[in-house]
Amino acid sequence: MTLLIKNAKPYGEQAVDLLVRDGVVVEIGADLTAPEDAETLDAGGHVLLPGLVDLHVHLREPGGEESETIETGSHAAALGGFTAVFAMPNTDPVADTAVVVEHVRRRGEEVGLVDVHPVGAVTTGLKGEKLAELGTMAQSAAQVRLFSDDGRCVNDPLIMRRALEYASALDVVIAQHAEDHRLTGGAQAHEGAVASRLGLQGWPATAEETVVARDCALAREAGAALHVCHVSSRHTIAVLRAAKAQGVRVSAEVTPHHLLLTDGRLTGYDPVNKVNPPLRTGTDTQAMREALAEGVIDVVATDHAPHASQYKDTEWAAAKPGMLGLQTALSVVVHTMVEPGLLDWHGVARVMSERPAEIGNLPDQGRPIAVGEPATFCLVDPDAQWTVRGAALASRAANTPYEGMRLPGAVVATVLRGRITARDGKVVA
Amino acid sequence: MKHLLSVADLDAATATGLLDTSSRLKETLLGREVRKLPTLRGRTVVTLFYEDSTRTRVSFEIAGKWMSADTINISAKGSSVSKGESLRDTALTVSAMGADCVIVRHPASGAAHRIAGWADKDAATTGTHTSIVNAGDGTHEHPTQALLDAATLRDELGAIAGRRIGIVGDVLHSRVARSNVLLLSTLGAEVVLIAPPTLLPTGVAEWPCRVSHHLDAELPALDAVMMLRVQAERMHGGFFPSAREYAIAYGLNENRLRLLPEGAPVLHPGPMVRGMEIAPAVADAPNAKVLAQVRNGVHVRMAVLYHLLAGAPE
Repeated sequence: MTLLIKNAKPYGEQAVDLLVRDGVVVEIGADLTAPEDAETLDAGGHVLLPGLVDLHVHLREPGGEESETIETGSHAAALGGFTAVFAMPNTDPVADTAVVVEHVRRRGEEVGLVDVHPVGAVTTGLKGEKLAELGTMAQSAAQVRLFSDDGRCVNDPLIMRRALEYASALDVVIAQHAEDHRLTGGAQAHEGAVASRLGLQGWPATAEETVVARDCALAREAGAALHVCHVSSRHTIAVLRAAKAQGVRVSAEVTPHHLLLTDGRLTGYDPVNKVNPPLRTGTDTQAMREALAEGVIDVVATDHAPHASQYKDTEWAAAKPGMLGLQTALSVVVHTMVEPGLLDWHGVARVMSERPAEIGNLPDQGRPIAVGEPATFCLVDPDAQWTVRGAALASRAANTPYEGMRLPGAVVATVLRGRITARDGKVVA
Repeated sequence: MKHLLSVADLDAATATGLLDTSSRLKETLLGREVRKLPTLRGRTVVTLFYEDSTRTRVSFEIAGKWMSADTINISAKGSSVSKGESLRDTALTVSAMGADCVIVRHPASGAAHRIAGWADKDAATTGTHTSIVNAGDGTHEHPTQALLDAATLRDELGAIAGRRIGIVGDVLHSRVARSNVLLLSTLGAEVVLIAPPTLLPTGVAEWPCRVSHHLDAELPALDAVMMLRVQAERMHGGFFPSAREYAIAYGLNENRLRLLPEGAPVLHPGPMVRGMEIAPAVADAPNAKVLAQVRNGVHVRMAVLYHLLAGAPE
């Protein structure tokens, strides 16, 4: 199978043609001619990036198919420029055994639009009490490399210590949803002026900061790799910077919504803005952007969390937390990071592809755009503007906080190992 | 006025207009044997209560009946709510049955806002408008309580602008405090919140009021004091060491009553916990205006229904 990509600008630089054979880039140059059997992708002078890698999505299958399936989530991923996603284990049943993670992996392969890597649970049933069979999941056909109780924090310091120690021998990463549940019982919104006025119980930023500080110390002693999910507080950044300076093996992610949105949106009590950790203040979003540019926060991860309307069309307290993210992530990064000059396209490739692939231990993702490398790409029209409509997104649910918002940058095509998976806003099945 | 969801939606003129209507209704009905006005004849007012409440529900019901509206009470218990129906479906069902006004109490902050949003969306297609009144939503607001408190303070102090009002107790969990801070400051009063730090919300510094932790220091300069109920279950949350220590530091007892300027009114939204935030002798002292608040409650709620369903009177 041969693919000729015409007139693409790798990382926004000089326009070139790329010839791809059997999923691998075999030639890069000016004015390459298409072999007879080749499919052609006219890149129209747009920006070519390595395929995006998302360390944090919820595909809801098995058990939550009214909100998303691996198929619809894969569509959303491909349309959003992603070529690999990590599916969190808070499904029903929980992905805490080899059987479940292998099922998720296999369903991803059957759909075939994006590499679906199941994340295994750290503790059985996400209960935080007893380690799940990390070794069995790591050695299963699903080859789990990332473990998390996401949605719940591994709150017990002893369980977290054991998880990190045990993981260090398996060469896998523990991804922590940092939230001290003793400090966030009943919490509904960022603890601050807005929540106090709206009468919503506060989620204090200290509940994140203190767990991250504790976990960095535990990871240091265990010599283990720790990944911090969805950093939301500016105070957490200081903890991460200090830990990294000490040589702790810690990485961190920020979501697009924590780069852009603030708790000022909560005034109308529309639960589309309800998410965990909660939207915080403008000071926090600004700190997130700077930390991402600096590298203290390593990557952008979407925390794509579809919820069917019955879980959102409710009073605030009854609504489930979470928002769609896969198809808007790149645009939000363009808006918050590229447009203000905080990241160039190499930087975007770093935070949305290269570093996530490294953290998730994916040898064939996040690779340089070069001869001999996998043809796994995301093609971006940086000048396009589009208006977000939840109903038009590929996910089963429509809970996007960006409804009606005009965002810059559109994914024009996605290529996974030489195969076009999305083109001009349509999935290529 | 389309709905009454938050006192933040009331400017000084609108709030004063409501208080004026309330006073006029009170005068009109004073000493009458038949307390019934024809204003809302043929209109339907539904109370939809998801929390136990006697005083607020009955007060709204009497207000509706005195204005000749048909009033219907729905308690969430024993209705379709216990069968798992969503708030949206319940609210729209009541609205579709022809309620002109739905008065909502709900344990979730923002519930009335949500219902108003759904009702307005429905009205856009059906053309039948339903007014929503927030009768207490979670720890957010209780606008008619603030209005009846303001009516009582106006009766007692002659005016609200320029007066210093202390609000004492569990501000953190109090929708009454939130509504009162907003309304009293809109009407020009100086509000002082007095509570231990554990019972004040983070971000209170941005509210239009001053904060103090020392009741004795504040009392001599207050024109009126409003005591908030302290719920017994807060004691288990570690907000303060014991009921006794709370009563010693923040309870209004007879000695403290003497620190207040003479005759300064003492308000309480009820139900009172005698011996906790208020000593029995203070609750029964001439300063205590608790029953005056209850009386004003009916008139204020009549005024709210009047403005919502018949428009502000000339």
